[in-house]
Amino acid sequence: MRMVDVADVTRNIKEMCIEANHFLAEDMDEAMRHALQEEKAPLGKQILCQLQDNLKIAGEDMIPICQDTGMAVIFMEIGQDVHFTGGSLEEAVNEGVRQGYVEGYLRKSVVGDPLIRENTKDNTPAVIHYEMVAGDSVKITVAPKGFGSENMSRVFMLKPADGIEGVKNAILTAVKDAGPNACPPMVVGVGIGGTFEKCALMAKKALTRPVNEHSEIPYVKELEEELLLKINDTGIGPGGLGGTTTALAVNINTYPTHIAGLPVAVNICCHVNRHAVRLL
Amino acid sequence: MERHIQAPINKEEAAVLRAGDYVYISGTIYTARDAAHKRMYETLAQGGELPLEMENNVIYYMGPSPAREGRPIGSAGPTTASRMDKYAPDLLDLGLIGMIGKGKRSQAVKEAIVRNGAVYFAAVGGAGALLSKSITKSEVIAYDDLGTEAIRKLEVKDFPVIVVIDSEGTDLYETVMSK
Repeated sequence: MRMVDVADVTRNIKEMCIEANHFLAEDMDEAMRHALQEEKAPLGKQILCQLQDNLKIAGEDMIPICQDTGMAVIFMEIGQDVHFTGGSLEEAVNEGVRQGYVEGYLRKSVVGDPLIRENTKDNTPAVIHYEMVAGDSVKITVAPKGFGSENMSRVFMLKPADGIEGVKNAILTAVKDAGPNACPPMVVGVGIGGTFEKCALMAKKALTRPVNEHSEIPYVKELEEELLLKINDTGIGPGGLGGTTTALAVNINTYPTHIAGLPVAVNICCHVNRHAVRLL
Repeated sequence: MERHIQAPINKEEAAVLRAGDYVYISGTIYTARDAAHKRMYETLAQGGELPLEMENNVIYYMGPSPAREGRPIGSAGPTTASRMDKYAPDLLDLGLIGMIGKGKRSQAVKEAIVRNGAVYFAAVGGAGALLSKSITKSEVIAYDDLGTEAIRKLEVKDFPVIVVIDSEGTDLYETVMSK
């Protein structure tokens, strides 16, 4: 058994909230530079150029890449041989978010009740997903999610008869409806299978997979490639102002499902697609 | 076409702007997003007075991140405009000349834009650090309790936007998708 002090969790999450809001992850940085080279439309190129300038200013002057610094979504993959000491893990995670958002000059975008809508003033609570895995390490993924793109995300409860064409249509529908609202070039996270909530969670987690890595399942990899081409054919382009770069990647995760169902979730993310990963 | 324009903007100046124009705005604009719009809407419904004049003014749909010491503002990019669609027609009918945001607008907003000779601009979504450099001054003028959603008066210099819906109702987003 390995002991992990929850104070280490707090410190790391604080740093990761600040890091993810000022610097792109390496995979996203590379994808954005590549997009600028590949974009065909002049206005699209100009927008991608502005986004490069924006990233430079964000990192040099420590101004968040986007003013929507997101609701903190945190994946905790916990080795089953880990024992946490020093207090409540959930409180430690939220304390990390609190410190990161208050000390890091990040926007506080969370309301304590969805209908009463009073701001909690420290961006807590986070949305935390725990997963027990083999081993004795703790993998933390901090993925603050902006709501311009979150609002354009969808769950489709398809029928088995809808098949792969139904899945493609669902993804394209979600992307076209999102259009300029989701701050393209976007990253499209997709979950196929499982249950209603499982496919949504898979779609969210798919957004944290590096955009230069495909699914290990051959037909899913092909589906990712085909959909990326189709999405970039829509003409939506950077900022929704026209162009050949509408998405940087389509990341699809799958899971077994019920004989009667074909759930599909499409979680759309903007071109910042914040994610920071650390292993404790 | 590239243009430079001074805010507040009068109707004659707004009328020459065309969907697709790249415009640099200098002068004074105001911020308001979801909560401030809801409050203004309720104020109007009760016959109260709005905290700012609408006539010839531009509202930027934006809630900034906190400013570091010595800076006028933090990250300051546009938020999704469609959430303000419920409130925008009334403000346009009161003389609001321009809105800056990102994303599609409803038919009712488009009609109010045409009816009043107004214009809808998009700033680049997710370019909040860059856009903050065109804001030289920021002052909360109303609804301070709303935090990032308070109404701010901004002084801007060459703030870069693109005309998405012009005073004739041409919508750049639709033009792009139908190509």
